Amino acid sequence: MINSNSPVILSIENLTAEVDGTQILNGLSLEIKAGEIHAIMGPNGSGKSTLSKVLAGHPAYTVTGGNVTYKGDNLFDLEPQDRARSGVFLAFQYPLEIPGVSNLDFLRVAYNSRQKHRGLEELDVFDFDDLIQDKLEIVKMNPAFLSRSVNEGFSGGEKKRNEILQMAILEPSLAILDETDSGLDIDALKIVANGVNQLSNQDNSMLVITHYQRLLDYIIPDFVHVMANGQILTSGGKELAHELEAKGYDWVTEAEPANV
Amino acid sequence: MTSTLTNRDTYLAQLLALTSPPATPQLLELRTQAAAYLQEETLPSNKDEEWRFTNLDPLLTQTFAAPDAQLPPVNINGLILPEATNTRIVFVNGIYAPLLSSLANLPAGVFIGNLAAANAAGLEISKYLGKQPGGEEVFTAINTAGINEAAVVWLAPDIAFETPIHLLFITTVDDTAIATQPRALIVLEQRSSATLIQEYLHTSIPVGEAPRNEARPYFNNAVTEVWLGDTAKLNHTRIQDEDITAIHIGKTAVSQSQHSAYTGTSIELGSKLSRHNWEIFQIGAQTETYLNGLTMVNGEQESDTHSTIALTKPHGITDQLHKCIVDDRAHAIFNGKVFVPQAAQQTNAGQLNRNLLLSSTARIDTKPQLEITADNVKCSHGATVSQLEDDEIFYLQSRGLDVETAKILLINAFAVEIIDRIPVASVREKLAVAVKAFKAN
Repeated sequence: MINSNSPVILSIENLTAEVDGTQILNGLSLEIKAGEIHAIMGPNGSGKSTLSKVLAGHPAYTVTGGNVTYKGDNLFDLEPQDRARSGVFLAFQYPLEIPGVSNLDFLRVAYNSRQKHRGLEELDVFDFDDLIQDKLEIVKMNPAFLSRSVNEGFSGGEKKRNEILQMAILEPSLAILDETDSGLDIDALKIVANGVNQLSNQDNSMLVITHYQRLLDYIIPDFVHVMANGQILTSGGKELAHELEAKGYDWVTEAEPANV
Repeated sequence: MTSTLTNRDTYLAQLLALTSPPATPQLLELRTQAAAYLQEETLPSNKDEEWRFTNLDPLLTQTFAAPDAQLPPVNINGLILPEATNTRIVFVNGIYAPLLSSLANLPAGVFIGNLAAANAAGLEISKYLGKQPGGEEVFTAINTAGINEAAVVWLAPDIAFETPIHLLFITTVDDTAIATQPRALIVLEQRSSATLIQEYLHTSIPVGEAPRNEARPYFNNAVTEVWLGDTAKLNHTRIQDEDITAIHIGKTAVSQSQHSAYTGTSIELGSKLSRHNWEIFQIGAQTETYLNGLTMVNGEQESDTHSTIALTKPHGITDQLHKCIVDDRAHAIFNGKVFVPQAAQQTNAGQLNRNLLLSSTARIDTKPQLEITADNVKCSHGATVSQLEDDEIFYLQSRGLDVETAKILLINAFAVEIIDRIPVASVREKLAVAVKAFKAN
């Protein structure tokens, strides 16, 4: 929801970044306020996933220029774990499998590291169990998945649900959903989107990265940005997504970069 | 006293000279046979295939004294297993420590004690002690050539003993380099079952005093012989957590009669140099063997596990999972032999060795070695070497865990698969603490 008086959560100015010596982001700018849902669309290789990894702090990506301010602080002053503890959440396109670590333990360790960072009470096994039972409902997850190893042997849909479950527990201020719709059938997509919608409120913000318009039928964005060659080419409202779907990416990528 | 490399023959003679006179004529006979074998042998070197990757220099550059015949004062409060408070037998520097042991009220048919008590109880020790195949090997023979004492666990037929039995071998770290040769004999007669926790641990003396200026490495040359009668069942956990300067060479030989089941979990944590020769002989049909191993070494440690499973009869089952976690400049070795001769048809044998390298200077040598001549069998084996993946660590960081916590979680996840197979909770908890401390070292 757009409210011009809302505080700015994330401000990206002229961001450039590279991976393995190849520049991927070429001066990207974007501002996200509390309560807003932004979608970034773009063809493969446009730099969408790179943007999400850079924001979350993946060590393989090097920021070469520009500024990113998160809630008034320089985001790049924070280690990845401190970004997470401060409320930046990345839902992975390909969530990792971690054999030997129980999902429940993992969720509790993650929750408690955020609690500790905020000076709040850490939960023991029993209290956390109560908390998690409520959150499972958000993504309609079978409790049996809690006792299994993190994502091990999960289907694509189960992995994505598990990502949104983590999001529900960590209650981020900025949630970045990287191709959350990839590999999902329509039922799983609805469940995941419905979970995200339940978690969206006036104090947090979302950056939804997707290749297809399909997800945006269920998570309705306030703004849609089209990315190509590491820049935002054009921005608009949710209708831009439909236009893209109808006309294809060539429609914008052949145009000049927009001033955002 | 440190000296330069001694000639291997001279060195062997020095080790043999450390022994005290035999307690019984029975032992004298065993000792004489072993000594005769050693006449023709010398200590192995890297030229021997079985010792290709293992550097014995830490042993050969050190000379050792026999331990003091007097029991040193040690405190074992932190080493007691709550599950085995009345089934504990303790040896300190190879000497039986009755006051530290707790063997009251054992049920009929369950014997736990030292060699003298076993003889007094009329157990047929001579039928089993020193009788395992594979005794003709230098370090085993050195132990036998000086044999004077042993921990004995003996279950009469049809005893299902559920209380874990705790065999505790403690060596004191002191300013004298001592050599001890702990020995254990485990006999489960037909249809009996037991759970055994066998530990090689260290402590400093005198209790409560600050560490000495110059602790000397000690040498333990341990031998355990396990005999399982028909349909007997043993769950055996062996933990080697010697002092970080120590040298530990151990043999565990297991002979299994038909329908018996042996589950062994071997944990290697301590010692500058350690070697575990683990030999299983399936001498009866339809026997089951499950071997689990975890080696966790860092610093300058070297740890070698050589396992052998020799099948001889049809319908045997063996399954082995051995894991190594190696950090710093440490070196882990795994050599796993499985012999499936023509007579061992319908064998089902699996072996997997998985290794986690935590530093670029750490080293793993792994050698699965399956020799199969039977044609109607199912056998599989594999070995993997991996590192902690940056992407895994980043995933955990992105959920608020710092790098150190993420690494500990991943290392623990790797180790816990083995640790969880130990049937005694307090042992699992103790090892979980050791895993957490491992990366912090």
